[in-house]
Amino acid sequence: MQRILIVGATSAIAEATARLWAARGDALFLVGRRADRLEVIAADLRVRGAAAVGSFVMDACDIPAHRAMLDAAELAIGGLDVALIAHGSLPDQKACEASVDLTLREIENNGLSVIALATRLGEKFEAQGRGSLAVISSVAGDRGRQSNYVYGAAKGMVSLFLQGLRNRLVRKGVHVLTIKPGFVDTPMTKAFSKSALWAKPASIARGIVRAIDRKSDEVYLPGFWYLIMALIRHIPERVFKRLSL
Amino acid sequence: MTLRSWGQLPGDPAVDERWWAERTATLPQLDGSLLAYGNGRSYGDVCLNGGATLLHTRGMDRFIAFDEASGVLSCEAGVLLSDILDVFVPRGWFLPVTPGTRFVTVGGAIANDVHGKNHHGAGTFGCHVRRFELLRSDGSRCLCSPGENADWFAATIGGLGLTGLITWVEMDLKRIAGVGVAVENFRFNGLDEFFSLNATAEASHDYTVAWIDCLAATPRGIFVAGDHVAASDLALPPRKPGNLPLTLPADWPFSLVNGVSLRAFNQAYYHRPLPAKAVVHYEPFFYPLDAVAHWNRLYGRKGFYQYQFVLPMAARELLGDILRCIATSGQGSFLAVLKTFGHLPSPGLLSFPMPGVTLALDFPNRGAPTLALFERLDAMVGAARGRLYAAKDARMSGEFFQRSTPRLSEFMPYIDPKFSSGFARRVLPC
Repeated sequence: MQRILIVGATSAIAEATARLWAARGDALFLVGRRADRLEVIAADLRVRGAAAVGSFVMDACDIPAHRAMLDAAELAIGGLDVALIAHGSLPDQKACEASVDLTLREIENNGLSVIALATRLGEKFEAQGRGSLAVISSVAGDRGRQSNYVYGAAKGMVSLFLQGLRNRLVRKGVHVLTIKPGFVDTPMTKAFSKSALWAKPASIARGIVRAIDRKSDEVYLPGFWYLIMALIRHIPERVFKRLSL
Repeated sequence: MTLRSWGQLPGDPAVDERWWAERTATLPQLDGSLLAYGNGRSYGDVCLNGGATLLHTRGMDRFIAFDEASGVLSCEAGVLLSDILDVFVPRGWFLPVTPGTRFVTVGGAIANDVHGKNHHGAGTFGCHVRRFELLRSDGSRCLCSPGENADWFAATIGGLGLTGLITWVEMDLKRIAGVGVAVENFRFNGLDEFFSLNATAEASHDYTVAWIDCLAATPRGIFVAGDHVAASDLALPPRKPGNLPLTLPADWPFSLVNGVSLRAFNQAYYHRPLPAKAVVHYEPFFYPLDAVAHWNRLYGRKGFYQYQFVLPMAARELLGDILRCIATSGQGSFLAVLKTFGHLPSPGLLSFPMPGVTLALDFPNRGAPTLALFERLDAMVGAARGRLYAAKDARMSGEFFQRSTPRLSEFMPYIDPKFSSGFARRVLPC
């Protein structure tokens, strides 16, 4: 049995992942903004076989609350072996272009709050000499594109931060995983029309559980995004700037 | 791509699709009508609402509670029967009644009051529903059970989604010894042989069903009886969860089902080597067609009809005439499924099953000749005081439905003024 913290537990990907862990009999601690949603999901996970399910209401951008949340998690499930940071929002890029406030809020939610959590969790796992920190970044963080660069900048910051954290903690027995999903069919993306590139949350969830079990460093989900992003990263900037991706 | 039902027949698209994930949310305020859409496994237009709104309920798929002692499960209405099997079969529980596909939602199973191979002993799915919550367009939430709002309970079971939105359900699961099913197979020749095999088997087996070759001069087929058994060593070939082993491509241009392929298939199916007794995994026993994702695409772009009727037991002699009519037409189906219904009353006002014999057949959509055959079949079914299964239907006339649905006038007042479907507009009195 693993003791697992999930921040952003009401997100579709996080919920699908939690179901797989519940089926294995793990103990789960769910963090999200809405108490009613957390309770509905917690009940579901108990029926599915979770050894224990606790929950905590918190907005990830409320940085001072992080410490109390982590204490509550340890108390509720008796320690932490794995942490999955899954919260996020898909900004309205056009609206961000016209609003400094909105841009910074999106960077805070998708970037800074994640870094704050990763810092505290890194510290905790380092002290205990083990633990897996898994963070949902995005393929959007691999290259800035006109259609989505506020989100991309926040996710790129997260990916870079995790690289450094991994590099520092590898000698301390701590595993850091960067998860880079491509297009996922979730409530966050319900406004988009879906092509063959779109994946279901359940398939992303299987990739996440596998990557944590195998202690992978970085994983593109589904795997073909590794090739797509390798291509996109290697287009020279003087060509790339003229593309409308 | 336009949303279609399982029959893939062309039709009016819904103009507005919404996703529904929270059972406590309020219904959208709309000018037009709405209808819950679960997993789209009904064949015709009971799950469609052309020109209006569909509410996708698959996101409302959480378990709520399970009592290990009594086997009572409560869950949201968008949970698939396959979700229930995945979680509970390993713990020794099974669905009390299951249709021939596990990819239907619990809400859909209630709305169509589905039946299975154990109807003779267990009745319909609705017989095992303890209670549910019905959300109406006026915002009210009605707790329905045989003891509380019993009239709404009876209207909603088999009510084709027209009485409101079922948000959560409490139902019984049943204990099983393991994942195995002990199967006995019998070849039969002629309907008399079927009925005599059936009478013996129903007395001693949980599950019975027959496949018949509807193109043969005298009806012949394979009768199957089964019971749950332990067989803990029995495993399915490994496959990735969520990924089915076989899938057919979208938009296959023409039907692969025609007179030649049908005759060849039916010959081979009837004569295939068949053990008299075997123990198999429950999946191929209950859900043979689930092994091929999107098998409905076999029929090509024009789609197909399923025709399922029930005849009262007293009129069972007419079954031979109906089969002759189909064989003569040269149209017909791979898997004609024959089953008798028992005497357990269905709880729903509109439930399809009644004591008698039911036959389900698939027909590729060839336009006018197919529809003309159905008219001839309707006349025979109607004369025998039989009825057609709404979940499978895409074409019966309003007159036929109204004449063959004895409790329709009792049902009508329970229709929610904001709920409608293609089926409702086609067959209900205005």
